[in-house]
Amino acid sequence: MGIAENILVIDDEIQIRRLLKITLENSGYKVFEAADAKSGLPEVANCRPSLILLDLGLPDEDGISLLKKVREFSETPVIILSVRNSENAIIEALDSGADDYITKPFNSGELLARIRTSLRHSQPEQRNPVYKNGNITVDFSTREVKKKNQIIKLTATEFSILSLFVRNEGKVLTYNYFLKEIWGRQYSDETQYLRVFVAALRKKLEDNPSRPKIFITESGVGYRMISVE
Amino acid sequence: MEEQSRLNPDELLARIKLNEQKEKKGKLKIYIGMCAGVGKTFSMLQDASKAGGRGTDVLIGYVETHGRAETEFLLFHLPQLPRKKIEYKGFVLEEMDIDTILDKRPKLVVVDELAHTNAPGSRHNKRYLDVIELIENGIDVLTAVNVQHIESLADTVSKITGVIISETVPDSILDAADEIELIDISPDELIQRLNDGKVYTADKTKNAVDNFFRKGNLSALREMALRLAADRVDKQVRYYMQENRIPGPWKSTQRILIGIGPSPNSADLVRWARRIAYTMEASWIAVNVETSHPLDEKQKKLLNKNLELAKELGAEVITTSDTDIVKGIIRVAKNENATHIVIGKSQNKGFFPRLFQKDIVDRILTESGQIDVYVVSGDNYENKTGKIFAFPKLQSGFYKYLSSSLIVIFVAAICYPFSDTLGYQTVALILLFVVSMLPLIFGPGPVLLSAILSPVLWNYFFVPPKFTLFISRTEDILMFIMFLIIATVTGILTTKIRQREKSVLLREERAVALYNLADDLSKSKDLDEVIGQSVKNLNKVFNSEVIFLLLDSKTKKLVFTNPEMSSISEKEFSVAQWVFTNRKKAGHYTESLPFAEFIYYPLLGPRDIYGVVGIKMEDDILYREKETLIDNFIKQSGAAVEREILNKTANKALLLEESEKLYKTLFDSISHELKIPIAAIMGASSYLLQSDSEINETQKQLLNEVHTATIRLNRLVENLLDMARLESGMLVPNIKECDINDLFSVVLDYFEKEKSSHDISVEVQEYFPFINIDFTLIETALKNLIHNALRYAVPNPKISIQAFFDDKNIYITISDNGKGIPEEHLEHIFDKFYRVDNKISGGTGLGLSIAKGIIEIHKGTISASNKVSGGLKFNIKLQRM
Repeated sequence: MGIAENILVIDDEIQIRRLLKITLENSGYKVFEAADAKSGLPEVANCRPSLILLDLGLPDEDGISLLKKVREFSETPVIILSVRNSENAIIEALDSGADDYITKPFNSGELLARIRTSLRHSQPEQRNPVYKNGNITVDFSTREVKKKNQIIKLTATEFSILSLFVRNEGKVLTYNYFLKEIWGRQYSDETQYLRVFVAALRKKLEDNPSRPKIFITESGVGYRMISVE
Repeated sequence: MEEQSRLNPDELLARIKLNEQKEKKGKLKIYIGMCAGVGKTFSMLQDASKAGGRGTDVLIGYVETHGRAETEFLLFHLPQLPRKKIEYKGFVLEEMDIDTILDKRPKLVVVDELAHTNAPGSRHNKRYLDVIELIENGIDVLTAVNVQHIESLADTVSKITGVIISETVPDSILDAADEIELIDISPDELIQRLNDGKVYTADKTKNAVDNFFRKGNLSALREMALRLAADRVDKQVRYYMQENRIPGPWKSTQRILIGIGPSPNSADLVRWARRIAYTMEASWIAVNVETSHPLDEKQKKLLNKNLELAKELGAEVITTSDTDIVKGIIRVAKNENATHIVIGKSQNKGFFPRLFQKDIVDRILTESGQIDVYVVSGDNYENKTGKIFAFPKLQSGFYKYLSSSLIVIFVAAICYPFSDTLGYQTVALILLFVVSMLPLIFGPGPVLLSAILSPVLWNYFFVPPKFTLFISRTEDILMFIMFLIIATVTGILTTKIRQREKSVLLREERAVALYNLADDLSKSKDLDEVIGQSVKNLNKVFNSEVIFLLLDSKTKKLVFTNPEMSSISEKEFSVAQWVFTNRKKAGHYTESLPFAEFIYYPLLGPRDIYGVVGIKMEDDILYREKETLIDNFIKQSGAAVEREILNKTANKALLLEESEKLYKTLFDSISHELKIPIAAIMGASSYLLQSDSEINETQKQLLNEVHTATIRLNRLVENLLDMARLESGMLVPNIKECDINDLFSVVLDYFEKEKSSHDISVEVQEYFPFINIDFTLIETALKNLIHNALRYAVPNPKISIQAFFDDKNIYITISDNGKGIPEEHLEHIFDKFYRVDNKISGGTGLGLSIAKGIIEIHKGTISASNKVSGGLKFNIKLQRM
């Protein structure tokens, strides 16, 4: 891995910060801490973290507005820490540039997995023209999709959605993000198009379309493509 | 050029409003003919058939065929509404059944004979009012009327044909019409049709042709009908030009003013003024000047009728008071910027020759200045009293005459013994003094009698030669004449002053009454007090019974606010309801629903309607002045009621907002405080469990216990928080469209992750529609239900979820393979903290009531039942929309 990557934790709860510090340092990251937005923002510039863990409920400022400020000068991946029942805030954070989210209380394993995914996406990737996930193969040079070595025919839109999933493997994607990327800004309220196409994609590519394992639903937020190796 | 033809913003706004109003209303088409038999009904039914043929929902409300074959043929094909039978004095009268029409809500209704007068006991006493109610309820109406029934033309028709027209419709209904169609045939053709028996049966025809259907009559009527239509077209063209900004001949704002008095001829004048106002596109004002002269009952009625007529024909009615009619008219004309004054040519047949006064017409002509004056023949202003020395009405009782005479005689008798010492000139002064004092007690009649009697007494008893009416000295003759004149003049003038005082007093009383009401209302602190004060003031000023009905915001029904009057008959209540729906006053004294005991006013504020006020008075007729005062009272009360209601709503909203804010802060901080330690424990234990840290097996088992307990604790906390959110009533579901398969897969993934041993199968009907729900809330509800099933269906839980749908609802069932629960527990299992079996641990007793609460805020239902094959089954029903 070489040099340890810096992770900045912005959370007002000392207990959570301590827990994260121990867990992350044990996993080989270097951890910086900030207890509020006021001290957090300069830290982003000072310690040049590779990733930021941001709590939405900060005492002095709304987490989302801090996120927007960060996004003005930095592309550092941000994972949101939130409590349940705040889907709208999560969606807003994701649409404002956060990369992922995790709800408290969380499993350490899950958190570490999310961190790895986000870090991977932040690196300039060498795009492999052939993508593999389970029994699915996507060849971007020929636009050919195979499942168990059988060619699967996808429509143009289905293929665009699939590519979007592949490009963001492991990351949560909001409905808005899909609509804007695939159909353009003016369709941002027509989520039913998206549902129809995702259902079609599952039907063609999932082993059991009613229990999807690859294209999974993030309740109330969006979709996430999981690597099933 | 462009600038001139452009409408100013106010006009534009008025036009937009007008258009909006028109869009909501039904369309009115009126077929106009010069007289009966021209084929109005026929054309109307033809149009109705055509509309019916195009698929429009047509209904014949009321059509009279007069046995004409062609018409009956047309009618045969159209759905007809049975007429309502109303019994009146032993006769059964047939009327249009407006209630059924409003119930059926057809698109188009045909209503013949617009000018018809309804049978007593009907909702409105005129059919055109029925028609207005229909269009206001969004129903299109086709109707027909003859030109002689148009209010402003009725008297001209009477004069030409000699037939008295009793049934008329106001001209305003023509303005309200969206379309007017003139049904025209030539008089010769009509007479031919009559002779062919197409209009009336043979025996009636002869009579009709001789009397009414003379060629001369018909030509005149035809001209009137054509002119009416032409006027309308002309107006439409101008309206069109204005709307589309086509520069054209432009008229400045014209305002016509007419004076109205208690004269039968005033009605003609009103009609005449309405006609010129219409052709000139002018607004018009009818002015009544109240002078000190009191009116008798008959005159009051007549004046009331004339003012009503003016109002009906579209005039703005102003009542003012002045000592002098001319001054009053000119003052109003100047205040209101009238450009024209219309007056009747007076034919002075006065009691006195016109010695002191100039003719009213002359005076208006000289005093009107810049304003144009039209003098119209026919009106007689004499009755209106404008003369400075008009003879007051002698209307006091006999005893008053007697006692006033006795006073004069008594004073004369006292003076008699002293006449020599005092001198008879002094006695004249004393008597004069007495006469001038009399108006303080008596009306004008007795005063006049005494004024004449006293100089005669003086002459007889005091002036030498005594006991004769003869006067010897020239200066005494002069004195006698002077005495007579002074006594009379003083008497009359004092009487007039007193009368004016009275009228001023009356006005002041009204002003004070209104002021008191305003004062009381402004001091009122809440709605009850506002109503209480309104009732009190109405009671006091009008000596009436008052009921207030307010709209209950929850039940949307009218409810009584003064309990002591809470029992009016159902009939009365239905009138109140009508007033509320139509926002028009009705009941006693009005033309709508006049059979009611009360007169009902809509309680309108500047923004909305809040209820109905009913007033019951002793009076036979509601005079204008009183009506205006009541109108003002109700308006003020309405505004005050609105103020209180808006205040209340604003306060409530503010309170709610504040408590919501407080609640959210509190809730957030509690949920934060509870969850942080759980998050710390769970984070730590999960890390230790999955990392390759050096812990032995015992430690690992203990850690597992910690981890499981934490998950359970977390679920408990979440349940408690969910329950709190549901119970606060502040949980608004975040409804979004979603795929039911997504929902189930998220739920199944969760249980898979929990790793509890189980078997959950899902069955979803094919082509399941997207549903509108709060995803995470329904997810919580399903998780809770499944948790419950897992707990009771031991040792090998098997859970089956099914989802199906119909046109309106979607259904989800969750069933398990457990023992089910005893029937007596079934209805309670959704209660909070209700536990069927205390031996089974792991539940909070909240899960099911949370699930129920969540389903209910989605306006769905949930129930539980025992399966025949064993096991418990939850049935969820949610609306598709």
